[in-house]
Amino acid sequence: MTPVAPGAPPHASARTESPAAFARHAAAIFAVEMRKMVRDPTDLFTRAIQPVLWLVVFGEVFSRTRAIPTGNLSYLEFMAPGVLSQSVLFSAIFYGIAVIWERDLGIVHKLLVSPSSRGALVFGKALAAGTRALAQALIIIALTLVLGVHVRLDPLSLCGIALAVVLGGALFSTFSFVIACVVKTRERFMGIGQVLTMPLFFASNAIYPLVMMPPWLQVVARYNPLTYLVSILRALMVQGGMASEGIGLDFAVLALVFTGFVLLAARLFAGIVR
Amino acid sequence: MIGPAAESPVLETAALTRRFGSIVPVHHLDLVVAQRAIFGLLGPNGAGKSTTIKMLTTLLPPSSGTARVAGYDIVREPWGVRRQIGYVPQLLSADGALTGYENLLLSARLYDVPRADRRSRIDEALAFMGLEDAGHRLARTYSGGMVRRLELAQAMLHRPVLLFLDEPTIGLDPIARHAVWERLRESRRQFAMSVVITTHDMEEAEALCDTIAIMHGGRVAVQGTAAALRNQLGPGATLDDVFADVAGGSIDEGGSYRDARSTRRTAARLG
Ligand SMILES: Nc1ncnc2c1ncn2[C@@H]1O[C@H](COP(=O)(O)OP(=O)(O)OP(=O)(O)O)[C@@H](O)[C@H]1O
Ligand SMILES: [Mg+2]
Repeated sequence: MTPVAPGAPPHASARTESPAAFARHAAAIFAVEMRKMVRDPTDLFTRAIQPVLWLVVFGEVFSRTRAIPTGNLSYLEFMAPGVLSQSVLFSAIFYGIAVIWERDLGIVHKLLVSPSSRGALVFGKALAAGTRALAQALIIIALTLVLGVHVRLDPLSLCGIALAVVLGGALFSTFSFVIACVVKTRERFMGIGQVLTMPLFFASNAIYPLVMMPPWLQVVARYNPLTYLVSILRALMVQGGMASEGIGLDFAVLALVFTGFVLLAARLFAGIVR
Repeated sequence: MIGPAAESPVLETAALTRRFGSIVPVHHLDLVVAQRAIFGLLGPNGAGKSTTIKMLTTLLPPSSGTARVAGYDIVREPWGVRRQIGYVPQLLSADGALTGYENLLLSARLYDVPRADRRSRIDEALAFMGLEDAGHRLARTYSGGMVRRLELAQAMLHRPVLLFLDEPTIGLDPIARHAVWERLRESRRQFAMSVVITTHDMEEAEALCDTIAIMHGGRVAVQGTAAALRNQLGPGATLDDVFADVAGGSIDEGGSYRDARSTRRTAARLG
């Protein structure tokens, strides 16, 4: 008898996974992550508190001072998409902790010895993190409405917002995944996570327009994916808002950066157990 | 791909070596595991057992040398190897936030068990491991023995040709341990599965393994059946003595050998 498992496909040693197998394996990971989120959603609510505090405290104060030129938008309207982007960033940037946790538990070992490609595993997890960001965004948008900020509610804008939030959450969680694979320990990760979050947030157009920044910071902000997420959300969420370069380009930039991070994370993933 | 001929070994390493900087935990290892064998990899703490298993399961690339696992080269064809093997890591690796059933479902999907077979295969696996009543409880509510049985079920769900177990019975009570042994023997009978198992428990090695290799400092010091190893050392020698002979002075430092011995005494007392 030949030692080939019953049912093993003839291409068992094929180097690459078919697109269908990629989708199946990513879906399996996605389903598991969703199951966990639905089972314990407290996180979603506690994490929605901080952005709302930003809106209420920071937003109200700066609305009064009128120190920030926001065109024809009220400061709260200007800021709401920024705060939503912030929540996407903050919840996704610590995703790597979960990966390190799963490594410490041996769960990652098991995923890595399975026949699914690293890319499918990473992509499934990214999509789940993006969906988590979306669930949180819905809570924040609802609270924004309660605060009296006018948010566009036509179906097309909402779809665009949802897509942007999922893409943004997936992007930053995969960035976090990459960091986790490099630093490997929780302590180092926490240190780096703290150091990265604030610069990513402040070197973006989330709470003030790019034109207010000194030129060097404008350059940094243009390389910051968060800026593109904010642009999309500002254009779609707020009446009369405008994307600086056009939504299509913003989406393209996010998609491109996300793809890059997925490829990088897939390459580095196996290193986390070494 | 065509599998190897009937009598070819299920696992064969060739000068398998791994370095971490100046440490060489696995040094020119040459191992052969026959089909349907239960192969015991023994050795004191730090002997290189887990590192060897990580290389053979494609988690860790060798620094030099290679191995063929179930007909595939671990360096050139890791994708082929992964389809053929099951692995239970030294860490407890079931996902506590999922139920037993969901843990198994994830494995079924990642290993491409056909959708139509999944339910029956999972129910069968749960029953085989005596977990049918616990299948819909979160794994974090399981006892250590139940988690290990769940992990075995997960690692065997896709009917691997070769199963790698890194200290699978550590922390289990004697009854749970015997239950695991029985399941492994039964799976070998049913599916012609081979097993590579590491353990610090001499009773386990003696009772379960057809062949034993004792590693020390990254090399295999002695290898053979338990009886052959005992006889080699002298009349009346136990496997403990063989181990002590190989491990030399390190026994006095390492706690796990003592632990293994006291567990063994407990096991003997409780039957
Ligand atoms: N990632 C790593 N980096 C550096 N050294 C490592 C790494 N992994 C293992 N080692 C070293 O390699 C040696 C062998 O470790 P290994 O885990 O293979 O031993 P083991 O035989 O499984 O021991 P135990 O019985 O304690 O599980 C040890 O000295 C260990 O410190
Ligand atoms: Mg070990």
